[in-house]
Amino acid sequence: MARSRYPLLVLGPYLGRYRRRLLVGALMVLLTVVAGMLSPWVLKYVVDGLRPSVDRGRLLTYAGLIVAISLVEGFFRFWMRRILIGVSRQVEYDLRNDFLAHVQRMSLSFLHSRSTGDIMSRATNDLGAVRMVLGPGIMYSMHTVMLLVISTAILVNLNWRLTLLAYVPLALVSISVRQFGRRIHDRFEEIQEQFSAMSTRTQENLAGIRVVKAFAREESEIRSFELLNRDYVRRNVSLIRLWGVLYPLMTALIGLSSVAVLWLGGRHVIHGRLTLGEFVAFMGYLSLLAWPTIAIGRVINIFERGSASMRRILEILETPPGIRDLEGAAEPPGASGALEIRNLTFSYPASPRPALRDVSISVPAGMTLAIVGRTGSGKSTLVNLIPRLYDPPPGTVFVDGRDVRAWPLRALRRRIGCVPQETFLFSDTVAENIAFGTDGAGEEEILAAARVSQVAGDIESFTRGMQTFVGERGITLSGGQKQRVAISRAVLCSPAILVFDDSLSSVDTYTEERILRELAGVMKNRTTLLVSHRVSTVQRADEIVVLEEGAVAERGTHEELLRLGGLYAELYRKQLLEDELSELQGS
Amino acid sequence: MTQEEQVLGKAYDAKLMRRLLGYIGPYRRSALAAVVCLILGSGFSIVQPYLTKMAIDRSIQSGDVRSLTGIAALYAATIVLVFALSFAQTLLINLMGQKIMRDLRMEIFRHLQKLESAFFDRNPVGRLMTRVTTDVDALNELFTSGVLSVFDDIFTLAGILVFLFVLHYKLALGILCILPLLLAVTLLFKIKVRDSYRRVRTAIARINTFLQENITGAAVVQVFGREEKQYRRFTAVNRDHLDANLQSIFYYALFLPLLEVVGALAVALIVWYGGHQVLSGALTLGTLVAFIQYSDRFFRPISDLSEKYTILQAAMASSERIFRLLDTPPAIVSPARPAARAVTRGKIEFRDVGFAYHPGEPVLRGVSFVVEPGEQVAVVGATGAGKSTLVSLLNRSYDVGEGTLLVDDVDVRDHDLAALRRSIGIVLQDVFLFSGSVMENIRLGNRSITGRDAVRAARAVHADPFIRRLDEGYDSRLGERGASLSVGQKQLLSFARALAYDPRILVLDEATSSIDTGTELLIRDALRTLMAGRTSIVIAHRLSTVQSADRILVLHHGRLCETGTHQELLQRRGIYWKLYQLQYRDQSPGA
Repeated sequence: MARSRYPLLVLGPYLGRYRRRLLVGALMVLLTVVAGMLSPWVLKYVVDGLRPSVDRGRLLTYAGLIVAISLVEGFFRFWMRRILIGVSRQVEYDLRNDFLAHVQRMSLSFLHSRSTGDIMSRATNDLGAVRMVLGPGIMYSMHTVMLLVISTAILVNLNWRLTLLAYVPLALVSISVRQFGRRIHDRFEEIQEQFSAMSTRTQENLAGIRVVKAFAREESEIRSFELLNRDYVRRNVSLIRLWGVLYPLMTALIGLSSVAVLWLGGRHVIHGRLTLGEFVAFMGYLSLLAWPTIAIGRVINIFERGSASMRRILEILETPPGIRDLEGAAEPPGASGALEIRNLTFSYPASPRPALRDVSISVPAGMTLAIVGRTGSGKSTLVNLIPRLYDPPPGTVFVDGRDVRAWPLRALRRRIGCVPQETFLFSDTVAENIAFGTDGAGEEEILAAARVSQVAGDIESFTRGMQTFVGERGITLSGGQKQRVAISRAVLCSPAILVFDDSLSSVDTYTEERILRELAGVMKNRTTLLVSHRVSTVQRADEIVVLEEGAVAERGTHEELLRLGGLYAELYRKQLLEDELSELQGS
Repeated sequence: MTQEEQVLGKAYDAKLMRRLLGYIGPYRRSALAAVVCLILGSGFSIVQPYLTKMAIDRSIQSGDVRSLTGIAALYAATIVLVFALSFAQTLLINLMGQKIMRDLRMEIFRHLQKLESAFFDRNPVGRLMTRVTTDVDALNELFTSGVLSVFDDIFTLAGILVFLFVLHYKLALGILCILPLLLAVTLLFKIKVRDSYRRVRTAIARINTFLQENITGAAVVQVFGREEKQYRRFTAVNRDHLDANLQSIFYYALFLPLLEVVGALAVALIVWYGGHQVLSGALTLGTLVAFIQYSDRFFRPISDLSEKYTILQAAMASSERIFRLLDTPPAIVSPARPAARAVTRGKIEFRDVGFAYHPGEPVLRGVSFVVEPGEQVAVVGATGAGKSTLVSLLNRSYDVGEGTLLVDDVDVRDHDLAALRRSIGIVLQDVFLFSGSVMENIRLGNRSITGRDAVRAARAVHADPFIRRLDEGYDSRLGERGASLSVGQKQLLSFARALAYDPRILVLDEATSSIDTGTELLIRDALRTLMAGRTSIVIAHRLSTVQSADRILVLHHGRLCETGTHQELLQRRGIYWKLYQLQYRDQSPGA
């Protein structure tokens, strides 16, 4: 595929959006180059005109011309940089937005299969390398090409033999850049490899630091890190050897072409085939070429890195979102919130054992279903399938009588309010966090939602109230406070289906009791799923389902299940004991 | 410390710089040699325009072809010399840079090994990794293209000035008049760019925070269907970054042409004033041309300045973070003169021990007990009772808050730290395996454990059969965190590891997860082997362990509430009895 070989081609459409600006930018490059060509020409007149017969006023004109030319050139150069580098930043902006938009649509299984840091480094470091291609990469390429073309034309016009001679070393520059470029690329990859080995080692050491310390293995860890570190340096040195030759070599070759001009050009002047002014101008043009020729190496480097980085970015961008709207997805009319699960068996992609086995549950609209079971019994999996955080098999999970897979994702999720097991709040104000799921919720509504979860009192005690920042830049909420904010967040959306995935685990029993009482009003007209391992939370549910190793082991009301004397009854007994235990103060 | 604060560090900090330069110390001879190469190199290249002048004045204008060839040869010689010198210089500087990076990485890594658990509780692994890798690399550029090339620039500028004055002092003075203008432009640029650099850094930090939150919190975003809202917010953050960059582009785009205009002013001056001098015969044409070439070279180092400035800023930010880490003193260190260098008997005594991870939230309160050498003690209690904390205190992952903890009647803080830890074998519930071979995971880099010892240990705890069944036996590589092994296998492997270390004291946090009966029996038997003849403290989750323990300690709310044997405690019908009902009763086959 062309894309995997030339990942940078993907940038075409992105640049296409700024086609006109790029065109103007290219024009600016051309004008900059042309203006730059004028000053050595003026010098030619200066040198040739310096005869005693000359009008001294001319000198002032020439001096004025030189300044004027540099002003004009500067003007074009300013716009060249502003436009071309500016476009690269624009494209970076577009790409980064697209990257986020794409990542947002990725399924959880994809996101969990990679570390956050890895995804982030693609959106920052790798994007940065691609931006270098778009900006300096493109700008320098254009500049160098135009400069080469135009100055060659002028030089050939001045004296073609001299040009030929001067260009021999320059040709060597481009050959050496190509030769070196490939080897540099290889060594660079070896370095990157070692760098990631070293990072992995560090990561592992730090993650396992407690084991390292417990076994007093610090010294051997240091030794093994040192080996990697040395190897990394060794590989770097082999690259440095190449760099060390390449740059001085290019300078030397360019210098040699000056010598050639000095020698042959000088002879031409002596023999009258070239004026002294032309000779000086010739030297001037050559010095204009020096820097862009050296820059070729840098540009190649920029493109190499950029293309490797683009490939890494594409690894994400070209992974299709696992969960998306199917063709013909439509929202059923009327929203009651009825939920049905039919013969659901579900396995996670990487796991051989099914997490859920032949689960069938029916929750009529407005009813409350509780799900209890041990850790790992499949409770969270079950509730995650309803809003399609993971896709259930076809024909197993139905909301309002329609397979969730046939729902448009957004409509489905809008109908479901979730309080996930692991509370995640954004570093923003408390109010923003509660209003997260809604558009333009009023202060009153937010406060009401906070009251339902009993967190309003806590919030009032903060100095800035609802406007208090939480997270890294603000205050740290306790586990229970976080959970209650998350409950308010779900309640405020007023969804048809409410899902509480063990959402009261960090709240003490007394507060739990009050929350449940408040929630009763909210839950009255909604279908509610209560996942818990605490009997106190679930006992008032219309139906309780006990999951054991992914299968429904028991079902019924609290009283029925107690009478049954099975798992639920055992759980209840233990719960009572635990409560007793926690009341006991250590003596 | 928030990211924004990190960003707004100073652009240049003399103290940081001095400390950074200190790292050159061990390599000062290479540094010196590099500087010599640099100076000689720039010296030879400064001669080049002068040779042009000679060619024009002596050869070309007088038609002397032979001397022209001579001058061209000289010119070529300078080129070869400059090439050799700059090759040597590049190698020297970069080698030094690499060695300094290596030293810094080692220093950081070493320092991290010394820091205590509480430090790692506060600092996420990702952040610390950045110090060892990215931050150190950012410094590389400072050493290789920053610090020493300043010498180059200074010497080139000075050398050119000398030549100019020798050639024609009046014209040289004229050019000097332009310098203040140059300084003004540069200074203005520096101020403007610093501001926009800060804006860019702040914006980058915000982009990072946003990405991080929205990736880790992706489930919340998706479940609430807030993709678009979050997208809009991201575009705003991203837009800030764009604007800050566009502003900085503006200054760069302005600065570079301005420099050229200043340069053109110098050339114009040379043409006008110099031209007059040539006409009146006070200046040769060759000198005029040389002047123009010199002025071109004069401005080059100054236009590089903007790039160097960026390098400097990045290096300052990184070094500040690195030094902050290096300046964090380890809280738990080995005493200078340890009262004990080895644990011989394995007696443990907790005397009124109290401990809190966070002030005001005590986890252990007034805990006192003695474990005699060779005794086997089980610790039980509800979740959060403080059981694991006992273990963390024993091997000084944390130091006791109150009271004393003695091993062999010596305060643990007076023990040689490495010896203490070596004599305590800890097997944690969550077995941590390093990527590497099975053998490496048993030996953990301890050279005194031979391959045969490792195999013997594995055999004793029944790990040998499954290890042999692996593709390459003991040389099989384990994936990240031993992903290819089952929970039970990992347990057995960790037993082998502990047994190979042959510790006086064994501390065991039993795994809670249930394992199939076959493995369970193996583990039970392995445990017996492991504990034989050692002082052992087991945080017990298995009834068999609890029943066979010499003594059971019952922790409740951070206090030691009951002690005794299984039978004694059951009869008391206290906390243990309740815990037994809750946690152990189901395991007993007969009960």
